[in-house]
Amino acid sequence: MAKKEIYLDHAATTYVRQEVLDAMLPCMTDIYGNPSSLHSFGQRARKALEAARASVAASLHARPEEIFFTSGGTESDNWALRGVAAAQGSKGRHIITSKIEHPAVLNTAKDLEKAGFRVTYLDVDADGVVNVDQLKEALTPDTILVSIMAANNEIGTIQPIEELGRIVKAGSKAAFHVDAVQAVGAIEVNLEKWKDVDLLSLSGHKFYGPKGVGVLFIRKGTRIGPMITGGSQERKKRAGTENVPGSVGFAKALELAVAEMPEESRRLAELRDYLIDRVLTEIKGSRLNGHRTKRLPGNANFSFDYIEGEGLLMYMSMRGVAASTGSACSSASLEPSHVLLAIGLKHETAHGSFRATLGKTTTKEDIDYTVEALKDVVNMLREMSPLYDEMKGAERQCTVKK
Amino acid sequence: MYSEKVMEHFANPHNMGELEDYNAVGEVGNAHCGDIMRMYLKIEDNIIKDASFKTFGCCAAIASSSVATDMIKGMTIDEALKLKNEDVVKALDGLPPVKIHCSVLAEEAIKKAIENYREGADQ
Repeated sequence: MAKKEIYLDHAATTYVRQEVLDAMLPCMTDIYGNPSSLHSFGQRARKALEAARASVAASLHARPEEIFFTSGGTESDNWALRGVAAAQGSKGRHIITSKIEHPAVLNTAKDLEKAGFRVTYLDVDADGVVNVDQLKEALTPDTILVSIMAANNEIGTIQPIEELGRIVKAGSKAAFHVDAVQAVGAIEVNLEKWKDVDLLSLSGHKFYGPKGVGVLFIRKGTRIGPMITGGSQERKKRAGTENVPGSVGFAKALELAVAEMPEESRRLAELRDYLIDRVLTEIKGSRLNGHRTKRLPGNANFSFDYIEGEGLLMYMSMRGVAASTGSACSSASLEPSHVLLAIGLKHETAHGSFRATLGKTTTKEDIDYTVEALKDVVNMLREMSPLYDEMKGAERQCTVKK
Repeated sequence: MYSEKVMEHFANPHNMGELEDYNAVGEVGNAHCGDIMRMYLKIEDNIIKDASFKTFGCCAAIASSSVATDMIKGMTIDEALKLKNEDVVKALDGLPPVKIHCSVLAEEAIKKAIENYREGADQ
């Protein structure tokens, strides 16, 4: 087979599309003033920044004064949790989140536990959907924040955000934070419909925007303190000279992503389903992780019995396919993915996971090539695996008993 | 993160599979932790004539198995028992700190195989 290069890791990050780069470049070379400066150079930058803010607001069905630019999804998540804890910690000391959140939320929640907050980590079912009844029971008058992601970055499962929001508001006075880093551009994110969402995190580089820029949406009236102190930028809530090129690029990328979403999501979901169907039928001992239908259009996550994910990933990379794994061996902690364990996978199965995330450049030919490479590599790793021997041994025993 | 040597062994592992005429086998590790290493040895007159492996594990585990089986071929069993995980790491031009345990597995799998062989020989 000819050497190919196929990128199936778009959920990790992806390229900046040309239209976005074109919008950003003048903000680096010509419109370089500081938006806080009163002179014409500053005011031109201010105008570009506020136009970007208005555009983001329009894309999300929010108001411009509810849009705050940050350095990315991780900062937005940190700000949502720490900012609410700081502003409302005297009102209540309880926070609710789920076991499958991104580390930006989970590790921040753990940090807040050390500071004396009580955190409930909700279970998810085998498909990765948050346990709604458990949320109802967990809400107390002491609860100040509920943080649930719109869609999971590893297994792609989409949460019922509207329903969760209604439950949060019916059962408490807590603020509702949603990490929508993976969701936006892939599914509809409309803050008029998601009226119970008070805080929403976004990251530019997940939808063909630049890295190093994100947004925290803060619904008017939400009590939240600043996390980064200094100058009075971003309505005194987030100090530091504004990233004008980044914000302009973010706005352009979001505008395009939202406009193209219905068609592109349909295209991706078709390719995704084709990939899923082929893998599940053509590779024995494979399983799909995450919900079969309520999943991100570009996400497929598989586990293959008897093999380990890092080896799988690296052999696939040698064949030109770039993907990712929830294997322990690829992480410094040597613990397999917390998401795969939360949906009930055994350790040995969680070690053998493979995530392919599709994007704009993905074609059906790419999927065909990937499936063929996967069949090869899985087969080879199984031949190498002592666990596979045992399984074959067990099968032999079964036959004898019959 | 991996040395070229590790990648070489990973890309084309030496001695992979089950020896047809092995007379010693040792297995260490467990699936829960994500690494299982099984070594097959063919021992004649206390000399390791041939060695092979089957491994469930990451790149470092596969490369460690490959290089360690290379190293012990031709050794007496006493020499092989002296093989340390550091020797495996050295032969691979280093391993990342979190992967050192893979080289330890290789050392232990060889010891286990020889131990099993000796126990068998005693009986």
